[in-house]
Amino acid sequence: MMRIFAAAAVLVLAALPVRAAVEIQEVISPGGIKAWLVEEHSIPFVALELRFKGGASLDAPGKRGATNLMTGLIEEGAGDLDARGFAEAVEALAARFDYDVYDDGLSISAQFLTETQDASVALLKSALTEPRFDQDAIDRVRGQVLSAIRSDATDPDEIASQTFDRLFYGEHPYGSSYNGTVESVTALTRDDIVEAHARVISRDHLYVGAVGNITAEELGALLDTLLGDLPATGAAEPEEAELLAPGGVTVVPFETPQSVAVFGHAGIARDDPDFFAAFVMNQVLGGGNFSSRLMEEVREKRGLTYGVYSYLVDKDYADLVVGRIASANNRIAEAISVIREEWARVAAEGISEQELEDAKTYLTGAYPLRFDGNARIAGILVGMQTADLPIDYIATRNDRVNAVTMDDIKRVAARLMDAEALHFVVVGQPDGLEATN
Amino acid sequence: MRRLAVCLFACLVSLPGNAAEVSTFTLDNGLEIVVLEDRRAPVVVHMVWYKAGAADEPPGKSGIAHYLEHLLFKGTDDLAPGEFSDTVARNGGSDNAFTSWDYTGYFQRVAADRLELMMQMEADRMRDLELTGTDILTERDVIIEERNQRVENDPGALFAEQRRAALYLNHPYGIPIIGWRHEAETLELEDALDFYRKFYAPNNAILIVAGDVEPDEVYDLAKTHYGPLDPTPGLAERVRPSEPPQLSERRLIFEDPRVAQPYVIRSYLAPERDSGAQEDAAALVILAELLGGNGATSVLGRKLQFERQAAIYTSAFYQSISYDDTSFGIYIVPVPGLSLEEAEAALDRAVAEFLAEGIDPDQFERIKMQLRASQVYAEDSIQGLARRYGAALTSGLTVEDIAAWPDVLQAVTEEDVLAAAERLFDRKRSVTGWLTKPGAQEVTQ
Repeated sequence: MMRIFAAAAVLVLAALPVRAAVEIQEVISPGGIKAWLVEEHSIPFVALELRFKGGASLDAPGKRGATNLMTGLIEEGAGDLDARGFAEAVEALAARFDYDVYDDGLSISAQFLTETQDASVALLKSALTEPRFDQDAIDRVRGQVLSAIRSDATDPDEIASQTFDRLFYGEHPYGSSYNGTVESVTALTRDDIVEAHARVISRDHLYVGAVGNITAEELGALLDTLLGDLPATGAAEPEEAELLAPGGVTVVPFETPQSVAVFGHAGIARDDPDFFAAFVMNQVLGGGNFSSRLMEEVREKRGLTYGVYSYLVDKDYADLVVGRIASANNRIAEAISVIREEWARVAAEGISEQELEDAKTYLTGAYPLRFDGNARIAGILVGMQTADLPIDYIATRNDRVNAVTMDDIKRVAARLMDAEALHFVVVGQPDGLEATN
Repeated sequence: MRRLAVCLFACLVSLPGNAAEVSTFTLDNGLEIVVLEDRRAPVVVHMVWYKAGAADEPPGKSGIAHYLEHLLFKGTDDLAPGEFSDTVARNGGSDNAFTSWDYTGYFQRVAADRLELMMQMEADRMRDLELTGTDILTERDVIIEERNQRVENDPGALFAEQRRAALYLNHPYGIPIIGWRHEAETLELEDALDFYRKFYAPNNAILIVAGDVEPDEVYDLAKTHYGPLDPTPGLAERVRPSEPPQLSERRLIFEDPRVAQPYVIRSYLAPERDSGAQEDAAALVILAELLGGNGATSVLGRKLQFERQAAIYTSAFYQSISYDDTSFGIYIVPVPGLSLEEAEAALDRAVAEFLAEGIDPDQFERIKMQLRASQVYAEDSIQGLARRYGAALTSGLTVEDIAAWPDVLQAVTEEDVLAAAERLFDRKRSVTGWLTKPGAQEVTQ
């Protein structure tokens, strides 16, 4: 009875609209700054997402970690306010400013109440345009970064990720942690921080999304106030990364009960005609839910892990298919062999009609659920712009998923998936696992 | 939790009083229903919370509440193993579950017109679980791998287990949710079923439906699907073994070669939010913010990170939502070169100075302002709101307590906070832990 009910429900689902309220407006401020806006007047606050493309990959040569340290210092004093004064001012307005940096961007996620909007924007502007970078703040935040670098060095997940990145990307900025090393961060000077700010925080790198209790006209004025004084240009964008790691296994010995593995090979670009086919195929192989082949074979049938996943990595300058798993030292070899078999099986056979239909229903049904909060939607608006998607993309996205055919999947699986090309980085004391180098 | 964190951190900030429309119902079989309306998106979160968690396990069976949570996905008289999650996925939804000391919760996030299907399946597994021997042994391996991932591979997590076990002399809050490894490895089907039959019943559950729904329709659907289920007769209020007077401070040193960043952390036994009496807890929420909220403005941050430059990081934390006595903690991550002994002394000095100097009225007012604003921001996540209701209602609080909480917080005075701090900071009711590399202390001292 249950199965029949579910099947009937599926037919209705295809008709579900993607949140009628997600009506994106493109706003161009009087000063020429572009933003995407969704008006949502039911709660008296605004979520504003700013992203500066390039992020930590814009570190100057020899200055690894400069952008990350600079990001940590943005709110440590600006204009007339020192670090404490600035933090107290943010608290008094009950604004929330979060700063985040990663390989492809520097993000500022701001939320402010309508009643304190002008003062909050003035404060954020001061942080963006006149940060003080006081020496005592630099030293204090540097201490926090160095502590994080040392902790990463004994964290098996971090060791696995950093080893994987080094093997795949080599000298490209992606090949090393954006935190930098103890040596590189210790050597950074105030001038290096000022330069990192100039390289990253500029209008040509900027993308903006806004959601909340604000009109297009009000947003236009806000954009000019907040961002009008930023310099026009920053550093040039990084090069495309070359993928260096051949198929094989790298073992990093580390005394811990459970081995952690990261594995992957070359992937597919976001604008490739077969991207959606690859996306749907990966959903079946190792996508996020309990029904994926990898979860079924490795966890549900054999109990070898708590979680195993695969995903398409679409960075701005590299594309990979990557997976992760953790298994006890005496079981990781078996888990890896099952993963390889599943990788080879999908490459050779593709997926079944039923799997394709289930994946489509899941992906198209889950998509509207993403748009469930102002802050979340603001992030999506920026993500769409940095990926160069059209403003009507949300309305067409499910059609693109539904258009994927069995032939598309077969073609892309044969082209993309290659069990021999997979490189596994294993951190731990794995039993019976042969390293290839 | 099947995939996310096992234990939930309590929300330090307030619950919105009347942001989302709140409606409550009770079915004849005892099921309590809370509906939170939010019409911004055609989405619904459907949750069932059981008033049973790790602290309700029988002795020697640690981890059984969490193990059972995993087994709830393994099939019923109507559903094959895995069919629950597969059906949710085929309907474009996501589902998961979580276990804490005081509750176990199951939820699905799905398009609003799928609500009835979720109810039908969730009601089915409330009473009609059917398990086979092989499924449950494989799942026990999964639990052990989960423990490996969360705890055994992380010295900080092992340290936290040891500290917690020392904080509670008698209460089962001292036992880890995921279970001690040696007990979790031997859990049996019958252990899980005993727990299930007793606690998984409509008169021990709270249904929370949040999102794009009509409360009366939710009530009608719930009556149809949950209404026919039998309650567990004679299920009394939970009474766990309680703490004796704590007469001796406890101190422990946890050494592990994987520790890169040593730190000192101290936890005190503390009162939790009680129904109709949330004032002490409200004062402690504000105390935690004053002492360790924001590194640049808090007392510990100012004194230890800015003025004395003794710390890389400091914090204070307090879990206000709990069925029985909870804990309040302070900690310090020292700068390189400072021993843990010196760090602990600096931490103690900072707290003593705070008690002597009193509260900065500006800081006090800023914290109140932020608590007010958090009510507005909290409205943005309906799932977060639903979780706060669930945690509160399974920890002895009522919808009225939740509604009153923002005002209780705003009514706290500086004197209340200092009085609460004086009562709290009794070393006899505390555990102090040092986390370090083997031999590291000898080197730095």
